[in-house]
Amino acid sequence: MGTGQDPELLRRLLRAKDRMDAASHQNWPVPRLARVSGVSEAHFARSFKDAFGVPPHRYLLTRRIERAKALLRDTELSITEIAFETGWSSLGTFGRTFHDVTGTSPGDLRAREKATAYQLERVPTCFVRAAHRPDLTIAVSEKRRRETGVRRDESRKEAEVP
Amino acid sequence: MSQGIQVVGLYVRDQDEALQFYVGKLGFRVHTDVRNGDYRWLTVQHPDQPDFQLGIFTPQSPVLDAATAQTVREIVAKGAMPPLVLVVDNCRATYDRLRASGVEFTQEPMERFGSVDAGFRDPAGNGWKMIEARRSAA
Repeated sequence: MGTGQDPELLRRLLRAKDRMDAASHQNWPVPRLARVSGVSEAHFARSFKDAFGVPPHRYLLTRRIERAKALLRDTELSITEIAFETGWSSLGTFGRTFHDVTGTSPGDLRAREKATAYQLERVPTCFVRAAHRPDLTIAVSEKRRRETGVRRDESRKEAEVP
Repeated sequence: MSQGIQVVGLYVRDQDEALQFYVGKLGFRVHTDVRNGDYRWLTVQHPDQPDFQLGIFTPQSPVLDAATAQTVREIVAKGAMPPLVLVVDNCRATYDRLRASGVEFTQEPMERFGSVDAGFRDPAGNGWKMIEARRSAA
């Protein structure tokens, strides 16, 4: 079943999603995304979530992690360089969020991926990327809470992207 | 060629708009454009591929019931239809030309894995990758 959203609205929301895809290292505050979609700021986040199943900033986070994973796998950039390249303002936040989402540290992931031979040259890169995108159905803070079993200080800021 | 795939179809929101895009902007040619009441069988071809037709259809009755047609329109607008790939000789030059004609690019040309690719969408939301043919010695 559909979400009952107007296809014309969905097409414009897709434009915001495309813009995040094209430049996930940039900051995408709601007013900027709302402007791309021609939607009011008040309605943007809810409309986006209804359309694509995740809030816009969590979507952006999955794209950043996906891109970081690709850079860890395919380049020799340092982890610090990758953190900044993918839009994080602090190495600590990057490492912690990366671990929360993927269950492994950037360094461990790199070591493991380097040991595996890939035959992906025959698949267009963007489709390979999508297949490696983390499936983040819950907020990072919630995922962290479930995995640690510890109720964190509620004042702790959600690690989602600014 | 006597056997093989002849038509693969896309859903679009508006066939006139899609015709303007695929023929007017991408440079495809109309192969068949036949109406039967409200139904319109429309296929286009890449000029270098006379054996293959890209069908351009709207989700509509009587092929689909009204609720299903609406769901399909939503899926198309969300960009959730399967991948489409266009191979070109020169990705950057084609990008410049198509962009100047108003094609909505979702990704600028990027060099990776020994080739160059870019991404664009048709007006309905169908996503295309445009990949430069590898210059193979073989």
